[in-house]
Amino acid sequence: MGAYVNKDAKKLQPSFVSANLLTDTLPENNHTPFQKNNSDIPEEIRNRTFQDVSLCYQCGKCSAGCPVRYYMDIAPNKIVRLIQLGFYDEALKSSTPWICAGCLTCSVRCPKEFNLAGFMDAVREIAVKKKVKVKEKDILKFHKAFLNQIKRYGRLYEIGLVGEYKMKTLDLLSDVETAPGLFLKGKLGLLPDKVKDRKSIKKIFKKTDKKKINKH
Amino acid sequence: MNYGYFPGCSQTSSAKEYDLSLRKVFEKLGFGLEELCDWSCCGATSAHATNHKLSNALALRNIVLAGKQGIKNMVAPCAACYNRLITSQHEISMHPERKNETEELLSEKIPADVKVINVLELFFKIGLAKISENRKRDLNGIKAACYYGCLLVRPMNINNFDDAEQPTSMEMIAEAAGATTIDWNYKLECCGAAHSIVRKDIVLNLSKKIIDDAVLNGANVIITACPMCHTNLDMRQRAMKRKYPEHLMIPVLYITELVGLAMGMNVKDLGIDLHYVNFNYDEYIAEKLIA
Repeated sequence: MGAYVNKDAKKLQPSFVSANLLTDTLPENNHTPFQKNNSDIPEEIRNRTFQDVSLCYQCGKCSAGCPVRYYMDIAPNKIVRLIQLGFYDEALKSSTPWICAGCLTCSVRCPKEFNLAGFMDAVREIAVKKKVKVKEKDILKFHKAFLNQIKRYGRLYEIGLVGEYKMKTLDLLSDVETAPGLFLKGKLGLLPDKVKDRKSIKKIFKKTDKKKINKH
Repeated sequence: MNYGYFPGCSQTSSAKEYDLSLRKVFEKLGFGLEELCDWSCCGATSAHATNHKLSNALALRNIVLAGKQGIKNMVAPCAACYNRLITSQHEISMHPERKNETEELLSEKIPADVKVINVLELFFKIGLAKISENRKRDLNGIKAACYYGCLLVRPMNINNFDDAEQPTSMEMIAEAAGATTIDWNYKLECCGAAHSIVRKDIVLNLSKKIIDDAVLNGANVIITACPMCHTNLDMRQRAMKRKYPEHLMIPVLYITELVGLAMGMNVKDLGIDLHYVNFNYDEYIAEKLIA
């Protein structure tokens, strides 16, 4: 016996199901979420993470277990939804990808094995590339200061990092209580610990700096 | 068999004692560790958060070096370095186009046969029996909450070492060293990690929850295997005490320090005196030596 095929399947499909379900139901006037100039974003995310945003079926398990959800403006699963629906600006402007600590709790628990932490990395990277005004400016400044140390020395120079970050944010007074302790305990090296072959590090930075991540 | 050793940036400064205790313990266990020559930063959160090509290239530069130095197995004791290295390795092994791209960036071939392991795996490679055999001191007074943090056993499909929700490997090591371990809820909860400098409010709250749960479940020491976790749990406790006066201070030790103590090394040798929260030796350890 051959497999049962319902020849009338197409006829049985309810009339309200159409390929353009989403666009059909959206108001035709001014506010359309689909911005043609930005429509490469799901593709960019796929290139970077090797996974499709359409994998997510919005169960919300990621947001339920997220240790930093409380500090975000939009729940992590909703960021995926915004990208799925084409509300790119809202997703890129959100503080969520910046607050994400990359702890991988969501990625481990996702029933669709969607690597949400990797997705957040991609959203962040795209936001930086598109020069979106980031809500958590200081976190971006910190990352830049961190990478500048690596670019210069090949390894992290903690005093340099904190110094540069504080100059960038003018947040001079915090941590005054822990820094002297670190010095007294001899934990902070006064001089940077340098890699010998710093040329190779500089080359990596130069070759990956097309997007000018560390410059602006 | 000699193992390669990738210290990572923290080990040279704020987590000096982790480096110190690790070298001492493994030397005494008769296990040679050979530091990777001219290692560089793995890129950490800042690289993978803003530029994935850079993060892969920075991490894999070290794998290239390991290949050149004939290292087949390499231990990365920092959970964040470990995670960056294995994630990048996994990415290029799954996606040849990413491999080609990174090899082009580095102008080097990336060897596929360098295995990166974490410090817990290293203890298992030596064998827990060896730790028990080398015990010189009774750690009965220590009730340890083993804190894995977020990156040590994740993601499971890549590291294949312990469960990503209910790991038990650190407990097994601590028990082999003679300590008592407790059952608790926050052993995998994130401490806030890289937000340590920018969003201290987040780190303080997350770390406080972790410490409170450990104390609630009867722990008197927290054991960790990650410099970031240690910084956030140990260094931030004074700020916690200021914010919540009822906060109970609890010492935080590295797993290597715990094993070192069991093997009869003293607090100074292991760098435990470099911690912020004082580890009151006499309170936990009966000075009787096991014959």
